[in-house]
Amino acid sequence: MYAQSIRSTGKAVQSLEDMSAEDRQFQERINRGEKIEPKDYMPAAYRENLIRQIGQHAHSEIVGQLPEGNWISRAPTLERKANLLAKVQDEAGHGLYLYCAAETLGVSRDDLFGMLHTGKMKYSSIFNYPTLTWADMGAVGWLVDGAAIMNQVPLQNTSYGPYARAMVRICKEESFHQRQGFHIMIAMAKNGNDEQHRMAQDALNRFWYPSLMMFGPSDKDSVHSAQSMAWKIKMNTNDELRQKFVDATVPQAEFLGLSIPDDHLNWNEKTNQYNYSEPDWNEFNDVLAGNGPCNTERLDARKKAWSDGAWVREGMMAHAAKKAERKAERQAV
Amino acid sequence: MTTTTDEWPLWEVFIRGQHGMSHRHVGSLHAADAEHAIKNARDVYTRRNEGTSIWVVEASAITASSPSEKGPLFEPAQDKVYRHPTFYDLPDDAGNM
Repeated sequence: MYAQSIRSTGKAVQSLEDMSAEDRQFQERINRGEKIEPKDYMPAAYRENLIRQIGQHAHSEIVGQLPEGNWISRAPTLERKANLLAKVQDEAGHGLYLYCAAETLGVSRDDLFGMLHTGKMKYSSIFNYPTLTWADMGAVGWLVDGAAIMNQVPLQNTSYGPYARAMVRICKEESFHQRQGFHIMIAMAKNGNDEQHRMAQDALNRFWYPSLMMFGPSDKDSVHSAQSMAWKIKMNTNDELRQKFVDATVPQAEFLGLSIPDDHLNWNEKTNQYNYSEPDWNEFNDVLAGNGPCNTERLDARKKAWSDGAWVREGMMAHAAKKAERKAERQAV
Repeated sequence: MTTTTDEWPLWEVFIRGQHGMSHRHVGSLHAADAEHAIKNARDVYTRRNEGTSIWVVEASAITASSPSEKGPLFEPAQDKVYRHPTFYDLPDDAGNM
């Protein structure tokens, strides 16, 4: 899902017979459930795909700090402020774990930032929507982190060792995020006054379809899945995960006394899951293309942080060099 | 891919989770020097009480065995089952050992 804008090679998955000896051995290792480690042989396309996928995932964590950072200074209580601050700090950590995993594939951190800043690499479409009220902090934690967990839990078993290990750490920390969001929703939708309930419903209305879009295009339009699934860098199809998310979230909305903004939502006795309306894929493509409500603002904020931080990055290196020099002088005496 | 040279160097982080346990590799980070790396490691890897001690090592200082040496290095240990206590079948009436 953080790879929602990865373009397909358009090629079908190669059969074991058609592969070179090296590639066949590699694929057989994956089929046996072995982890691929940084120094092991891997096909160039596997490496490239992983760099893009992990890079986009990392960028999503970092850009994902912005919509919530928006509310830290305006949280309603000191406790909520501390909770939100801890969550946003976690997102920075998650970005770091993922950047480090990508770097083991031979791309530098500066290169990754460069590709984000020039638009060569994307981040999840969800972070291009604005957070207009405090209820949005509830909806983001509940829905956006909830959707992220659906995607990240299976990725703990992904074939690339450093990525899988980063996912284990992230999943451990992520469940607090969803719970803090749901806690806000309970306070507003269940225990709040009419106006607070209305705000919670409004936040759900605005974040429902963008959350469904997080899982990427419908399987019928997602041709690149097969190769990624053969490589075990994608563990479930987009529609599988989206369905799982809907099935888990609808009862939670009922618990909150909120209604999902979908007239066609109903329980299907035959399939034992909910029928639901697909999001507007034109809007999805438009947001990915850079035309969402906050694309420019988000990217500008990242670029500003990068250029404003230049003197700190340089200063720290200069300071470290000076310290090392002084230490060497002392030892020479 | 080009690699820029003015990046902070990469450090590998090892954390001792509890007293009496060994330090364990938990991940990596960039920092200008060792002192800075310890500070960053504290912020990133011990936010939930995960550690009582931190080691940092510059990644470039680590020498790793190569995957192609896996066979010669580790295969000889596979057929030496007599290095495990379960290899030695003792009669029950010999008591606990």
